[in-house]
Amino acid sequence: MRIYLSDPKLIPVREKVIAGTRLDADDGLVLFQSHDIIGIGRLANFVREKRHGKKAFYIYNQHVNYTNVCINGCRFCAFSRKGGEGGAYTMTAHEVREKLISRIHEPINEIHMVGGIHPDLPFTYYLDLLKTIKEIRPHAVIKAFTAVEIDHLAKLSGLSLEGTLQKLKDAGLEMVPGGGAEVLSSRVHDKLFPKKIGHERWLEIVAAIHGAGLTSNATLLYGHIETLKERVDHLVSLRNLQDRTGGFTAFIPLAFHSKNTRLSHLPATTAHDDLKNIAVARLMLDNFDHIKAYWVMIGEKLAQVALSFGADDLDGTIIEEKITHMAGATSSVGLTRPKIRHMITSAGFEAVERDSFYRAIG
Amino acid sequence: MIEIDAIKEKIFAGDRIDRDEALILLDQADLLTLGDLAGHRRRVLHPEAVVTFVSDRNINYTNVCVSGCRFCAFFRPPGHPEGYVLEESALDQKIEETIALGGTQILLQGGMNPDLALSYYTDLLRHIKSRFDIHIHGFSPTEIVFIATLSNLTIREILETLMAAGLDSIPGGGAEILVDEVRTKISPNKCTAGQWLDVMRTAHELGLKTSATMMFGHIETRDHIIDHLMKLRDLQDQTGGFTAFIPWTFQPENTRINVVPQTAVEYLRVLALSRLVLDNIPNLQVSWVTQGDKIAQIGLAFGANDFGSTMIEENVVAAAGVKFRLPRSEIIRLIEDAGYTARQRNCFYHVIN
Repeated sequence: MRIYLSDPKLIPVREKVIAGTRLDADDGLVLFQSHDIIGIGRLANFVREKRHGKKAFYIYNQHVNYTNVCINGCRFCAFSRKGGEGGAYTMTAHEVREKLISRIHEPINEIHMVGGIHPDLPFTYYLDLLKTIKEIRPHAVIKAFTAVEIDHLAKLSGLSLEGTLQKLKDAGLEMVPGGGAEVLSSRVHDKLFPKKIGHERWLEIVAAIHGAGLTSNATLLYGHIETLKERVDHLVSLRNLQDRTGGFTAFIPLAFHSKNTRLSHLPATTAHDDLKNIAVARLMLDNFDHIKAYWVMIGEKLAQVALSFGADDLDGTIIEEKITHMAGATSSVGLTRPKIRHMITSAGFEAVERDSFYRAIG
Repeated sequence: MIEIDAIKEKIFAGDRIDRDEALILLDQADLLTLGDLAGHRRRVLHPEAVVTFVSDRNINYTNVCVSGCRFCAFFRPPGHPEGYVLEESALDQKIEETIALGGTQILLQGGMNPDLALSYYTDLLRHIKSRFDIHIHGFSPTEIVFIATLSNLTIREILETLMAAGLDSIPGGGAEILVDEVRTKISPNKCTAGQWLDVMRTAHELGLKTSATMMFGHIETRDHIIDHLMKLRDLQDQTGGFTAFIPWTFQPENTRINVVPQTAVEYLRVLALSRLVLDNIPNLQVSWVTQGDKIAQIGLAFGANDFGSTMIEENVVAAAGVKFRLPRSEIIRLIEDAGYTARQRNCFYHVIN
């Protein structure tokens, strides 16, 4: 296997990648600092093809954002509202039911549900949401509530973390999305999301989620005030936890969108940075099965290119993305199945529709 | 794969690839192999890690056009209430703004308007040159052929007349795909491939520099794309007058060709292949206007060394529903973020400032 590199600093990394040796934090930093985007892409693609060949996954899914009311007030968020503020909303279980029924004819395999940290809703509200979805869509997997929400629900339930998770599972929860980690760094936490749970607690909750037999994803919100070293440390923290639990399914780098946030002076992430976050994640996270190119955040065009830079999953059809579009995303709010398949096959990959657990459908 | 390996060896040895080899690469090489090879060729041609851009404004002097190309959302037929010919005062204002924004040239193009005589064009050029110190990059071969036919003069005579009036260089537009089988279907009233090449040959002989373009992603085959590149390479071998090549993808919205838009991956593949085939055209430009800032930036890793223009005004692609905007500061940020030094250039690709 010959992988040409135009940046000689990457040569030691190439040796390790080809030998299958784990990269350390310094290697991660060298990768992030390099401008040899094609070389980095080839290394990541080498790992990607060893795992998945030419397969590229997508899911037919639906998003539900049950409330935008949130007490956390993170500086990078354009979605959240204070209770009573204009534009604030909270869906009743009945409204969620109506929303699902409006698309009941579609072959949706996953309901992705996240929301704000609402100050007043009782624990039963969340259980009702899960039960409602299960009733309307018995065959779809419910992937819901980030670790941040689970932490909040544990406070509401009056139960232990384990007891809370058991109740949620009983009500239909099958998987947990990766949001809320942001950057696993105390410095970034204190500056951008001080009211949200921090590094240690996030890892503790995810460990409990995995311990309860639920799988989850992991994310990194990049492109704001974080340093390259903080990104690498984040990946290493995730990798260490994955060594212990094996419960992570996919890693999803999330490109920060600044419009309508309190960081609106920051420019958009560049394509180089977007591709590097995908490729470096593929190289560092040797114990994660899947790396997702989230087209909502990096755009459909670059997401297609990212399939050659380490990504093996394009997320889903989505149809009604809200959170990133509130922050100025210019991508579509949804993709049709033929469109997402065309993105994949025209890039030379084999389109595989999957369920939440990456089992092929049909 | 043996074939691809052999072609790779050739490229790394600095040898020219032939049309069959080009087709094999376009059909079979994976995206990153094309990136590797095009990046290599780019580094040989431009060892300095510099990416250039130009500050200019598109001025479309008329949208009245008898060509009626099926891919065009900009034109209006003669007599249409939305048809226009730009007033002198509006033109002056646009040029003043361009100079105030640090612009060094105008890209002056328009439709095939049957109501405009040769004197309109020469008056236009003389008017601009008498008032402004600005480079006029104007009149694609399509317009030149149209003006020649209308005024019953040869291409050479028209070019000499326009040059005498102040024309500095010719843009490579209207090339679309330089295969008549394709042109008769998408732009039947436009000049033929032979005429397009003839204008460029004559311009080069008269000392006018020109660029060349290719619009793909409509009804052409990959074979046609290679034909197009080969025709440009052959002419460049003879004249050396092309400064740059700019491929872009057809934007189907608001047009009469109903196809799925070409993907980013195919754009990057064709961009890289262009760098490999056109070994004698020095510069390769990304098209952020059609691809957006992200794919344009990645295009720098697929052989391109020029970011194009700040495009103070762009009407034609915008009419097809695509409206990317990039201020000068953002172009510089994207270039530097990719690891290059950003330099402003003039129309001849000489670094200025």
